[in-house]
Amino acid sequence: MMKAERAKVRNMFRSKEGIGAGIVRDSGNVIEVEHLTKKFGDFIAVNDISFDVHRGEIFGFLGANGAGKTTAMRMLTGLSFPTSGQGHVAGFDIRTQSEQIKRHIGYMSQRFALYGDLTVKDNMELFAGIYGVPRSEVGRRIDSLLDRLSLMPEKNAPVKDLPQGWKQKLAFSVAIIHRPEIVFLDEPTGGVDPAARRQFWELIYEAVDDGITAFVTTHYMDEAEYCGRISMMVDGRIEALDSPAALKRKYGADSIADVFDLLARGARRTE
Amino acid sequence: MKEFFAFVKKEFLHIFRDTKTLLVLVGLPTALIVLFGFAISTEIRNVNVGVCAPDGDPAVMRLMEKVDKSEYFTYVGRYDSEAGIDRAMRRGEVDAALLFEDDFMSKMMKPGGAEIAVITDATNPNNASMEVMYLTGIVTEYFRDDLQEAAMLNASSAGGNLVPNLRMLYNPQLKSSYNFVPGIMGLILLLICALMTSVSIVREKETGSMEVLLVSPIKPINIVLAKMIPYFVISCVVLVNILLLTIFVLKVPVAGSFFWMILVSVIYIILSLGIGMLVSTLVKTQIIATLICGMLFMVPVMMLSGMLYPIESMPRVFQWLAQLVPAKWFIEAIRKIMIEGVPVRFVLKEMTILVLMATVIFTAAVKKFNDRLE
Repeated sequence: MMKAERAKVRNMFRSKEGIGAGIVRDSGNVIEVEHLTKKFGDFIAVNDISFDVHRGEIFGFLGANGAGKTTAMRMLTGLSFPTSGQGHVAGFDIRTQSEQIKRHIGYMSQRFALYGDLTVKDNMELFAGIYGVPRSEVGRRIDSLLDRLSLMPEKNAPVKDLPQGWKQKLAFSVAIIHRPEIVFLDEPTGGVDPAARRQFWELIYEAVDDGITAFVTTHYMDEAEYCGRISMMVDGRIEALDSPAALKRKYGADSIADVFDLLARGARRTE
Repeated sequence: MKEFFAFVKKEFLHIFRDTKTLLVLVGLPTALIVLFGFAISTEIRNVNVGVCAPDGDPAVMRLMEKVDKSEYFTYVGRYDSEAGIDRAMRRGEVDAALLFEDDFMSKMMKPGGAEIAVITDATNPNNASMEVMYLTGIVTEYFRDDLQEAAMLNASSAGGNLVPNLRMLYNPQLKSSYNFVPGIMGLILLLICALMTSVSIVREKETGSMEVLLVSPIKPINIVLAKMIPYFVISCVVLVNILLLTIFVLKVPVAGSFFWMILVSVIYIILSLGIGMLVSTLVKTQIIATLICGMLFMVPVMMLSGMLYPIESMPRVFQWLAQLVPAKWFIEAIRKIMIEGVPVRFVLKEMTILVLMATVIFTAAVKKFNDRLE
């Protein structure tokens, strides 16, 4: 009953087209993964991982470079086909319904923050168009995003003229312009100063308040503390998964960084 | 479809925001046409001509006036002997000379005729052969027309005169622009389509935006097609620009059908876009894409397409290689339609080959593109 209520509210919140309307299974989990494995020849990049991401939480996906984070994320976002195992994202099967998955997720990567030669507005219109936001809605959504970011005066400025921190905030806003079920953030705060990082996390919290689930990879261990739950990947396996507080308790560590050091000590794969 | 158009719009914005590149794209063909049309010309002009006519016959001097009047030659003066002409040539006073034998006019009127030597400075063989051709033309014409009366008076010698009648078909003034315009079209269209498209696709890979696009609902093949549209449009604008310049500035008329000429060009544009896409699937950086399109494709177009050097006079191996260069077939087809003005059935072969090449390249590009995604 509670779940149904929440779903109703959420759907009201979303656009008329009801981006959440296509959900096949709604178990309160936006991501459900069972025994997911990806092999490249003899190399097992992702080794039998299973986890759930609850609706409306901030899920931290941690791991050293080469631990298999990127490969796992590529499978979840429909870019890569799993060797074995099951997975559902936003209620769609990652094996057979990658097209629907793509419509219901947002994605932001550290490497790329929008097209620098296009204006703020151009970029927003582009991604609104690519994600099929109804034409009648586009203007309104852009204005509300610009308002929220206080970027209205820079509406027609090329993105390359904005400071890095602003670009990242803008990229995040653009990634959720179509109000996805879940937004994947791949090291979103790389190369940003601490103050800007804090502001960025405020944006993530706002999005989560609006009912969007956030799936974040990061290598800043202090950021891991901002997540509701975190998983830690070592050598293609998920070695730990819980809330930051519970993990610290379990491993008797003072910080998430210490927990990570403890777990990663046995790692064979490095950069 | 909506996402497709949103993407096409973005591509146009990229191009229009980058005014410098756009200027180069539109300005380069104009510059090349003007350059090839006027500056780099294989036509000869202002050639200094001397004469050695021992007796200074008035008929010979009238001929020299005629030579002087032609737009190619300037008459510089009379020399006493062949040795005198040689010295003048070494000093750079004359580039070519006519040498008449003694008693030229009287021998001319007799059976057996008279001899004229046409002497040129063959340091530049191309120029020399042109000079010989033009001078011979003027001399022949002069004796045919001006001396006809005299010949008629001397009926006995008239039968002995064999007058060659030279005709340069399709390009009577031997304008080099007739040769270059199709070549420039072949070069520029390939440059815009192949180079710009491949660089634009590879740029998305390099900056990481391709990753974001692949996660989005837009289909990868649509990303590529959307990138081709603006360059297709620009190519058409450039094509029209080249044609207008050719017709109104270089004054080369289009002898054949406009429709078929445009159609052949569009086929070639599509083919070039396919090459661009194929390159983009094979390379990872913009620099490599530029190098491949700029060097690997431009050089064959310049050397093997028949644009600068006739394919027929190449060694066998290069002749075979030339058959693989799309620009060769395009240039041949355009020459036939534009300059010779032949009906379309004579360019069917070229068109078929271009269509086949386009099909093969596009199939390969799409296949390679899809293979790359996983």
